[in-house]
Amino acid sequence: MTHAKEETTFDQSTVDRAQAIIARYPQSRSALLPMLHLVQSVEGYVSQDGIRFCAGQLDLAEAEVSAVATFYTMYKRRPCGEHLVSVCTNTLCAALGGDDIYATLKSHLGVGHEETAGEPGTPGSITLEHAECLAACDLGPVLQVNYEFYDNQTPDKALGLVKALQSGEKPAPTRGAPLTDFKQAELQLAGFFEGRDSDLDGPSAAPETLRGAQIAKDRGWDAPKMPANAEFPALPEKK
Amino acid sequence: MANPLTPVLTTRWTEPKSWTIETYERTGGYTALPKALKAHPDQLIQQCKDSGLRGRGGAGFPTGMKWGFIPQGDGKPHYLVINADEGEPGTCKDIPLMMADPHSLIEGVIITSYAIRANFAAIYVRGEVLHCIRRLNAAVREAYAKGYLGKDILGSGFDLDVVIHAGAGAYICGEETALLDSLEGRRGQPRLKPPFPATSGLYASPTVVNNVETIASVPFIVNGGSDWFREMGRDRSPGPKIYSLSGHVTNPGQYEAPMGTTLRQLLDMAGGMKDGIPLKFWTPGGSSTPLFTAEHLDVPLDFEGAAEAGSMLGTTALQIFNETVSVPWAVMKWTEFYKHESCGKCTPCREGTYWLVQILQRMVAGNGTASDIDTLLDVCDNILGRSFCALGDGAVSPITSGIKYFKDEFLALCDTNSKVLAGANA
Amino acid sequence: MTIAPDKPTAEVAVPEGHVKLIIDGVEVIAPKGELLIRTAERLGTVIPRFCDHPLLEPAGACRQCLVEVEMGGRPMPKPQASCTMTVADGMVVKTQLTSPVADKAQQGVMELLLINHPLDCPICDKGGECPLQNQAIAHGRSDSRFHEHKRTFPKPINISTQVLLDRERCVLCQRCTRFSAQIAGDPFIELLERGAQQQIGTAQEKPFQSYFSGNTIQICPVGALTSAAYRFRARPFDLVSTPSVCEHCSSGCAERTDWRRGKVQRKLAGDDPQVNEEWICDKGRFAFRYATTADRIKRPLVRDEETGELRESSWTEALQVAAAGLAAARDANGVGVLTGGRLTVEDAYAYSKFARIALRTNDIDFRARPHSAEELEFLSGTTVFTDPDNGVTFQGIEKAPAALLVAFEPEEEAPIVFLRLRKAARKGTKVFHLGQFTTPAVEKTLGTLLACVPGAEANALNALPEHASDVVDLLGKPGAVILVGERAAEIPGAFTAVAKLAERTGAKVAWIPRRAGERGALAVGAVPNLLPGGRHVANASARTEVERTWGVEEGTIPATPGRDTTGILEAAANGELSGLVVGGVDPFDLPDPALAEKALAQAGFIVSLELRPSAVTAHAHVVLPIAPAVEKAGSYLNWEGRRREFGTTLEGTGALPDCRVLDTLAVEMDADLFTQTPAASAADLARLGEGASSGSSLNVAAPLQSPAGAGKAVLATWHRLIGNGSLQVDEPHLAGTARPVVAKVSETTAQQFGLESGGYVTVATERGAITLPVETDDLPEGVIWLPTNSGDVTVRATLGAGHGSIVSVSGGKS
Repeated sequence: MTHAKEETTFDQSTVDRAQAIIARYPQSRSALLPMLHLVQSVEGYVSQDGIRFCAGQLDLAEAEVSAVATFYTMYKRRPCGEHLVSVCTNTLCAALGGDDIYATLKSHLGVGHEETAGEPGTPGSITLEHAECLAACDLGPVLQVNYEFYDNQTPDKALGLVKALQSGEKPAPTRGAPLTDFKQAELQLAGFFEGRDSDLDGPSAAPETLRGAQIAKDRGWDAPKMPANAEFPALPEKK
Repeated sequence: MANPLTPVLTTRWTEPKSWTIETYERTGGYTALPKALKAHPDQLIQQCKDSGLRGRGGAGFPTGMKWGFIPQGDGKPHYLVINADEGEPGTCKDIPLMMADPHSLIEGVIITSYAIRANFAAIYVRGEVLHCIRRLNAAVREAYAKGYLGKDILGSGFDLDVVIHAGAGAYICGEETALLDSLEGRRGQPRLKPPFPATSGLYASPTVVNNVETIASVPFIVNGGSDWFREMGRDRSPGPKIYSLSGHVTNPGQYEAPMGTTLRQLLDMAGGMKDGIPLKFWTPGGSSTPLFTAEHLDVPLDFEGAAEAGSMLGTTALQIFNETVSVPWAVMKWTEFYKHESCGKCTPCREGTYWLVQILQRMVAGNGTASDIDTLLDVCDNILGRSFCALGDGAVSPITSGIKYFKDEFLALCDTNSKVLAGANA
Repeated sequence: MTIAPDKPTAEVAVPEGHVKLIIDGVEVIAPKGELLIRTAERLGTVIPRFCDHPLLEPAGACRQCLVEVEMGGRPMPKPQASCTMTVADGMVVKTQLTSPVADKAQQGVMELLLINHPLDCPICDKGGECPLQNQAIAHGRSDSRFHEHKRTFPKPINISTQVLLDRERCVLCQRCTRFSAQIAGDPFIELLERGAQQQIGTAQEKPFQSYFSGNTIQICPVGALTSAAYRFRARPFDLVSTPSVCEHCSSGCAERTDWRRGKVQRKLAGDDPQVNEEWICDKGRFAFRYATTADRIKRPLVRDEETGELRESSWTEALQVAAAGLAAARDANGVGVLTGGRLTVEDAYAYSKFARIALRTNDIDFRARPHSAEELEFLSGTTVFTDPDNGVTFQGIEKAPAALLVAFEPEEEAPIVFLRLRKAARKGTKVFHLGQFTTPAVEKTLGTLLACVPGAEANALNALPEHASDVVDLLGKPGAVILVGERAAEIPGAFTAVAKLAERTGAKVAWIPRRAGERGALAVGAVPNLLPGGRHVANASARTEVERTWGVEEGTIPATPGRDTTGILEAAANGELSGLVVGGVDPFDLPDPALAEKALAQAGFIVSLELRPSAVTAHAHVVLPIAPAVEKAGSYLNWEGRRREFGTTLEGTGALPDCRVLDTLAVEMDADLFTQTPAASAADLARLGEGASSGSSLNVAAPLQSPAGAGKAVLATWHRLIGNGSLQVDEPHLAGTARPVVAKVSETTAQQFGLESGGYVTVATERGAITLPVETDDLPEGVIWLPTNSGDVTVRATLGAGHGSIVSVSGGKS
């Protein structure tokens, strides 16, 4: 069913991408989460227009889209800065200094959770948030910039990083691809990676990650040897 | 007797560019797939049952049995969904696995899909791990290009499409039915069971939901056989397991060892406690598993061992805290997490975590009373086993186990009404 | 259901499809699949609950109904939600009555529900009838251990002009969102946010525009949802509740009317599984102030000979003047009777009998809307003889393999039929809509649109075997139904085609008019060709039977069918009739309001029975005030042919039902109706019993369609549920939930006429023009749709047009 066309800031390429997302799934509604990431790649947050856009693409009621958009923490209600800085303050990272890192950045930027220092979207603008566990506990305390990992942080290191970001630098993550910005990261989360093959080579193997494997290698410990020709069990009889 | 460390899943991680299909194939990757495609799907299910592989996402459900629940010949599409929504505090094994060796997961996905007769599989990855999502997407593209995915895989007549699905920040989506709702584009709130996903999962069709580490094990089991797999670990909890050591240890990291390895053994390999400060408390498998203390250093960390000692194996996420850390403070922080992540569907979890946080914050601020401890325990009792899903149960674990082992510390906060012990002093 | 005696003397046999279990030590036999909470309830044990609702899918969200369960001798480790767990053989259940664990679990959940609940019961509309309040008193703690900060929200939010939401009172049971998504299909309210911040809400600038929104207020187990109409108006314990039947559409929903000091405060849905289950539409719930408007006519009025104005008079004078005038008119060229479609059976019967014995005419017609001879032939040959035993029913729709809707807009015209269709569709019934575009109802009944140009419906039906044999095949399955709406009367050949299709497939046909009184009026002979009980006036023995039962002289009833509504109006306009008796008829609902105006102006003598001043009273010589539904007893015959009786809600207002007024008037004219009261009228009617069908001979050919011509389009039009209806006056909050007033055309047609979606269109006939916003939709080409009577759009009054008319279309404002 078509309705009166509404004003939108989303161009044809975004519509094409939205349709490409829908095509990935057996049922269209599955495209909603990636599509909201796509909306953020355009607007830097999920605006009311973005909600309308998704509802229109998926033939959903706007309330249904709002219900989803407000459930997940990665969908932002207000425009984000060029960079999103997420500091893990869950228990373990906090105990190792995460709370101090967050406090340091908060005081430096003069903003609180999900607030932006600088004009959102302009170079050097930073949105700060405290995050729940980021699944990098062996590398804690960790923080992320645009969802790339900066491991084994201290308040000083983090402060240096944020100052660099503010001055337009893009220090490399310890694990992840060279930094772009929040919107570019959201585009990749929506599943669009064109022209960014080199991102794959961004580092991932921290010493901690490889610790066990390396010790095993060093000490000559390996798993039991596999038999040359492991057989499958007989086909079970039908019950 | 297996070695103290048995790298299987982690064995390729030290290879240069370990994530590429070239490295994977050079190191024996995609050799299980052609074998599997020549077998009958039911043989694969039987082999998985024989191997004793149990789910690595925390609950330890026998994987082969789960596959066997999928009704066959029912005329409905079947789906495989990989739970890669790793978010349980302390848990950090699946993300490095997918970053370092995504093809082992993809190959496992293809074999498993073939076994359960699924032609569409989704890997639901938490959204905050972009680099991992990047590598998985690339791996899927490579696998398509090589004919391991798509139509008529390796001439077997079997078709499979795989999509990498980025989540958007919700711990609850690690609960399998919440994950399915989320994958269907809804709020990630758990579904009523029954019907179970095996009969009515994704799009109300039969669906297997398995953890990353579980499915990445499948190619190895196909190549090595079930007996080989059982050479590691213990009878009811066989196989290797990635133990993730974090916190106050000298060398935190990922250690893949046979099931049943103890923290003492792991600490030994990890260089002991950091700076020699003694161990105070630890989680065997993430924050939802009741705390252990130094008393539990020799508990065999497998499903039975952890349960017998009053906790759970969970995700073998060993968060290790030394004596500088206040237990009430740590418990408060975890409770804040559960409150933030409670989906809101059911009363006990939604309202209970809201209440518990406030009591704990007040206590840690030095304004608690001894009766608050009774209230905490009673509210926990009204949440445990009363909430809709296991999130509520997990939320009370730190509190009840914290009070069980460290009640004096909670009482001390009330006695002195001071903040002396509060906070991390690391 | 069977409840075993306390001490079973012998082993109770478990019937097929049932299981045996023990609840609190009592052995119970329950049907498989029954939820524990219901089984316990049948046993007399009420387990507290909030999210559970018998007509909604189980949610298990509030966790208030936890019980202990043992299966196969093994206790389940956790208490189970009895609203989600089904009974099983050998199950042992302990509720709060016998299980300390269940009791503590329930108390614990109650305490958690209350920690964030405000203590505003004294000012809350729900206070006194609040499940939370009641259950907190019954099952909760007497003190609170919660010393922290309560969650607060700015209050309240208008989620529509009618519904307000106080979020801090909400217990997030999701009954409202589940109702809207599952039952109504209007997912415009949703859960927003997460965890402790989770709340009900709408999308920004997208209010809760559902025709069924009021049901969410009724099923809200706390005072979170309230209506603008009722908020802060009354306390439940100060209200008197009277069972009633809705007077708006032809469904005849069971309602409960709550009133105080002679004034209705609110209406609630009654529980009637055969008809409306537990739901009503917002019009039925909120539109009742028409009876208390400031201009309500309470005294008889007589037109003053000197001033020409109506003046108040005594009943005696008014009745004498009316009787004398009518007698003179009868004896001149005769009197026609227009009854309107809103009468009770008892009142319509009085008109029917009044026409025959006081006015000695068959010139009577209830159809105050477009009508046709073909329609009358269908109604009098077929519909009048259907009833719930032999015809289509609500429950029959639910079981139908397929339903074909012909010229019928269920959501707009009979909303409860729509809900039943949606329920059926969700269980597998295939629904086909023969109409003009994919309306929300098509989508929400998971339906298939069979689109055609207005007026071409008969052709489309005749072509079904050729073009849509699957539809015909489905209609051939036992239980299939065809539902025909009121605008079929505007479509030549439609009834003929429906009858043919029904004959071919064996599908049952139901005629579903819009108004509450139409089926009843048909049954009692308020039509030109029928006497009460479906007896044809041309049938001499039927006439004799009626005359004998009525105790009137043989030959009193004219032997030939009378004029229909248009015929009566034409006759009055050109002097062939000398007088008119008019019930609740709005001339602007008639197919040709100009003709009606002329007839009213020309008629020698007019008696109007009315509630409020109207275009009819403006011309009437005598106006006799009558009682609105709430001030009288009676019954409606709903579209199923089911009698829906109701008693007087507001006693002693002095207002008289039409049957009483006509009875007295007849006495003045030396005729005895024996309809002094609704009960007397019903008894008199019952003495007549049913007549026999003389069959119908429908053979109206489907017309050939000719192109509309340059600059012209074919008009599609029907009424919306919430619009300018005369029973919706004085309800601004309800009016605010009406659907936007727009015209609809296809994209191609829009281009052809140079229309822009979101811009304006002007639709015109020789009579007048209407300008309104236009939207594109999936209509056939060359067709434009307008709501018949919404806002400024009054198709009949302004254009003198109807469904299938040719209209001029131009872009922009004229």
